[in-house]
Amino acid sequence: MTEPVLAARGLVKRYGHVTALDGADFELLPGEVLAVIGDNGAGKTTLIKALTGAIVPDEGEILLDGRPVSFRSPLEARRAGIETVYQELAVAPALDIASNLFLGRERRRKGVLGSVLRMLDKPGMRAEAARHMQDLKIGIRSLTQPVENLSGGQRQGVAVARAAAWARHVVIMDEPTAALGVKESAQVLDLIRRVRDRGLPVVLISHNMPHVFEIADRIHIQRLGRRVAVVKPGDHAMSEVVAIMTGALRVDERDRTVVVDTQAAQAAGVSGEQGPKGTA
Amino acid sequence: MTAPTIAPPERSAATAIRQRLLTGSVVGPLVALLIACAFFATQTDRFLTGGNLSLIIQQVMVVGTLAIGQTLIILTAGIDLANGAIMAFGTIVMTKLAVESGLPPLLAVLAGLAVCTAFGLANGLLVTRVPLPPFIVTLGMLNIAFALTHLYSDEQTVTGLPPELTALGNTFAIGDTQVTYGSVVTIALFLLFAYLLGQTAWGKHVYAVGNNAEAARLTGIRTNRVLLGVYATAGLVYGIAGLLLVARTGVGDPQAGQTDNLDSITAVVLGGTSLFGGRGLILGTLIGALIVGVIRNGLQLIGVPSIYQILITGILVILAVTVDQISRRRVK
Repeated sequence: MTEPVLAARGLVKRYGHVTALDGADFELLPGEVLAVIGDNGAGKTTLIKALTGAIVPDEGEILLDGRPVSFRSPLEARRAGIETVYQELAVAPALDIASNLFLGRERRRKGVLGSVLRMLDKPGMRAEAARHMQDLKIGIRSLTQPVENLSGGQRQGVAVARAAAWARHVVIMDEPTAALGVKESAQVLDLIRRVRDRGLPVVLISHNMPHVFEIADRIHIQRLGRRVAVVKPGDHAMSEVVAIMTGALRVDERDRTVVVDTQAAQAAGVSGEQGPKGTA
Repeated sequence: MTAPTIAPPERSAATAIRQRLLTGSVVGPLVALLIACAFFATQTDRFLTGGNLSLIIQQVMVVGTLAIGQTLIILTAGIDLANGAIMAFGTIVMTKLAVESGLPPLLAVLAGLAVCTAFGLANGLLVTRVPLPPFIVTLGMLNIAFALTHLYSDEQTVTGLPPELTALGNTFAIGDTQVTYGSVVTIALFLLFAYLLGQTAWGKHVYAVGNNAEAARLTGIRTNRVLLGVYATAGLVYGIAGLLLVARTGVGDPQAGQTDNLDSITAVVLGGTSLFGGRGLILGTLIGALIVGVIRNGLQLIGVPSIYQILITGILVILAVTVDQISRRRVK
C-alpha cells in the first residue's frame, strides 16, 4: 500500500463542552485530490486547522511522509511544505502579482545591494512569478499590475499559484470557489487539476457537491467529529454521499451503504445495499 | 478540448490610463504642484527665485518630516494625532537638558530622539498588544505628550541654546541660493524612506499589513512586529523633526507643533496616500507638503490674507480624498 503523504490518527479537539473532533482519522495519498466534505459542525474546518497548524489538537497524531509532526502555528506547517489557499482571497490587493507570490518570502539582490542595502531582487522575483503563472496556464497581461485589477478567478489563481510555488508536500484549499462565479469556479477547478498533475496532492474542502464529484479522486466524509467514510466519486451517487454525510446512510466494512435512518433515506431518495458499482 | 486558461479581463486603454493616474502614483499631486507653481510664477517675479524656493522648503521642513512618520502609519491603515505633541516634548527634552543640566549637546539630542522613539514604541505597543484603535491611542498620547511638555518646561521657552543644537539651521550656498542643512536632512529622509518602502521586504510588509492584515499574517509576516517597527520608527522621525524645529527657531518652545498633527495628515492626503491604508508613496507626501508650502508662500507674495491659504488647503484635502474614493470604487 502506498504511504500517505499526510495522515492523522485519532485527532481529538474539544472547545469546553463541545467536541469538534472526536477521534478523527485522515489520509492523503500521493498525487490525489482528496475532497473533505461534511455538514456544518462536522469538524472539517477543525480538522483542516489541525493539519495546517492553526490549532493544536488535544489528542492524536499527525504524520507527514510517515514522520510524526506537531505544528504550533501555520508558519510551522508552511515551513514543513504544507500550503493553504483560503476562500476569502487572501492576497494584498494593492500589491502586484509578483509581490503577492513572494509576500513574506521576498528574495534580495546578490552581493552588497542585498546584504547591506537589503534591496529586493524585483526582476528575479518577477521572472520566477511569470514562470509559475505560466506553469499553471494563468494568462496575465502584466505581472506589475495590482492584484485588485484582476477578476476574482484570477486573484484566486494568484493564491493557488503561490501555494503551488511554495508547497513541497501538500496544498490545502479551503472552499477556494466559494466566492466565485460559475465560469471562474471552473477555471479554479482546472487549476487544481494542474497542481495535482504536477505531482502535488491537494486537499479540497468544499460544500459544492458537483465540484467535489468533478475533481476529487477520493472523498473523505466527516460527520460528528469523525471520518465516517472515504468513497470514490465513481462508486456512489451524489445523493448517497450526501446521505452518508447527513447520517441517513452509513458505509459498512465491505464498502456497501446501509440505511440507518429509513425516513431520511427515503426523503433523500436513496436506498441501502448499494456497494461499489457492480457489486450490489 | 483545450484547457481553459484564466484569461486577462478586457480593459480599455483609457481605463488603464485613468487607473494609473488615480491610484498609487504621484502624477496627480505633481500636476497640482506644478499648476500652483505656474500660477504664482505668472503672478509675481519673486516666486520663482532660488531664494524663495529654498525658503519654501525650509517652511515645510518640519511638517514634511513629521509627515514621513505619518505616512508610514497611514500606510498601515492607522493614523497619528500625537506626532506634533511628541515632537514638542522632544524639543523641550533636548533643549532643557542641553541648557540646564549641562549635558553635552549631542547627548541631549540623543535623549530627545530616544524619548520620541519611546513615545512611538508606546503607541505601537498599545495598538498591537491591547489592541486599541490607532485613533484612540494617539488621541490619548496627544494629550499626555502635550501635558508633559507643559509640565516639564514649566510653560517657559528654553533659550540660550548651544550652537550644536541649531547647527542644522546653518546654510551653504548652491550658486546664489542659501540652503539650510536641515532642508538637506529632510530631503534625505524622504529619499531614505522612499527606498525602504519601495525596494525592501520591510516596505512590502508595511503595504501588505495596511492592505490586508489577515492575508499578510497568513503568509507568515509577523504583522505586529511590522506595526511596532512602524510606530517606533515614526517616533524617531518625529524626534528628528523636533531637532529641525529647534534649529529653525533657535529655541525650545512648549507651544510648538499644536496643529502639526493635522497639517501632516493634510500633506499625506494631498500626496495621494489613501487613508484606508496600503496604498500611497512617500514622495507623494513630499509633494503634498510642498503644495501646502507653495500655496501659503505664493499667496503671501501676492498679498492675499493667509486665511485664504487655509480655505484652499481645506478644499484640496476634500478633493484629494474624493479622488481616492472614486478611484477605489472604479477598481471594484
